[in-house]
Amino acid sequence: MGRVKSLICRECQSEFEPQATHVCDLCFGPLEVKYDYGELARTVTRESIEAGPNSLWRYRGLLPVEGDGELVTLGEGMTPLVHAQRLGAELGLSNLYIKNETVNPTNSFKDRVVSVAVNWARANGFDTMACASTGNLANSVAAYSARAGMRCFVFIPADLEASKVLTTSVFAPNLVAVEGNYDEVNRLCSELADSYHWAFANINVRPFYAEGSKTLTYETAEQLGWRLPDEIVIPIASGCQFVKHNKAIQELLELELVEPGKYPKLTGAQALGCSPVATAFKDGEPVRPVKPNTIAKSLAIGNPSDGKYVIDIANGTGGVVESVTEEEIVESIELLAGTEGIFAETAGGVTIGVLRKLARAGRWKGDETVVAYVTGHGFKTIEVIPNLERHRRTIRPSVRAFEEAFPELATG
Amino acid sequence: MAVKVRVPGPLRRLTAGESIVEVDGASVGEVLNNLEQKYPGFRERIYDQEGKLRQFVNIYKNDEDIRFGSGLETAVAAGDDLSIVPAVAGG
Repeated sequence: MGRVKSLICRECQSEFEPQATHVCDLCFGPLEVKYDYGELARTVTRESIEAGPNSLWRYRGLLPVEGDGELVTLGEGMTPLVHAQRLGAELGLSNLYIKNETVNPTNSFKDRVVSVAVNWARANGFDTMACASTGNLANSVAAYSARAGMRCFVFIPADLEASKVLTTSVFAPNLVAVEGNYDEVNRLCSELADSYHWAFANINVRPFYAEGSKTLTYETAEQLGWRLPDEIVIPIASGCQFVKHNKAIQELLELELVEPGKYPKLTGAQALGCSPVATAFKDGEPVRPVKPNTIAKSLAIGNPSDGKYVIDIANGTGGVVESVTEEEIVESIELLAGTEGIFAETAGGVTIGVLRKLARAGRWKGDETVVAYVTGHGFKTIEVIPNLERHRRTIRPSVRAFEEAFPELATG
Repeated sequence: MAVKVRVPGPLRRLTAGESIVEVDGASVGEVLNNLEQKYPGFRERIYDQEGKLRQFVNIYKNDEDIRFGSGLETAVAAGDDLSIVPAVAGG
């Protein structure tokens, strides 16, 4: 037997054979990959990880892609952990870090989950990948399917940003624009997944797919010198990755890959226009679905499957779930770009916006190690930046014209 | 007043493999009660111990999540479709 023991239900703890299913037969709860941690402890050490490739596959021994067969990869993961000194100075945080996920192969953190999903699906006899997507997942599933030579069906809401449609189309998937919002696209795909024997990344192969998110937190710890930060700020759509960062921290501690110490606080970030989890966190009520209305389309999931677990984890670790306005999202994209040279999409604006809001409210003393996960590139959502040309001055080709345009440079 | 109930893959073993079953009822709650009578096993899977719908179970009347309507009290009429859909991850 390999390192994957079973799929275990998060609710009733029933266990099932590892297979392409995401729902417990007995109680409908979500399924999780359960490992043989004895086997993991025997095979995975800091040294074995450090000797691995410069991609997330250095953590293969902690992922559900078994064996040592050749992988479908585009070099995903091992993105920079940037010590954000200028942004930190603005916010009064001397140990602020940005995990810059914009530089993944298709420019978002989705490459982590998709590469795990595609490799699992291929090893388990699937020839077709599919997904329901708000854009980033579509980009990634289309690219990795092309790389793997698999057939691909990508379902997106028909009103998706043009840039995300183009950056999916180029990989020549079967692109299906559905006249509805993301929650409706997801529902359609759930129903299709019952009829077609395809690997839907975020549906029937979700337990394996979601494991890829853990690598973001493994890397953060490794890049901090095998140390856990004090707090992590994470954007929330369905809440799926938030839950996996908690699992990653538990595994790092259990396998003694990091020094034992204070457990990091896990804090979630949402756009006010789609904030069912932040609202439920504040009110102490169950998560109620909402109809999303926000420029942060990659986070616009009105019916977050893991919302309940996000709230439990935020409360349990001392984190919070906070939201920011559309205006704060755009300001924060520009703040991050102007201080650190990192251009984030709207979800990154949400994360930095919440970081800024909490910093201004006095959440931190100033020397805590705080890490913000910036999960997608700004090219994906350039439409939201107002007046893109306002920093431009057009001049005739002469020194005089230049000096007239910049009177502040005149030395007198 | 029969409504069509769409059964998700993981629950079809309760309906002998049928993906769509016809059940009577004037509200969503009534339809689900009758579904349980006809195909025992649904209730414990979609309700929690307090008798509320589990958080990760979504029920749609035609295209609308019933939580945007009146929940289990939402009225249904002949010809309506009800879908039971488990929650999925984001993308």
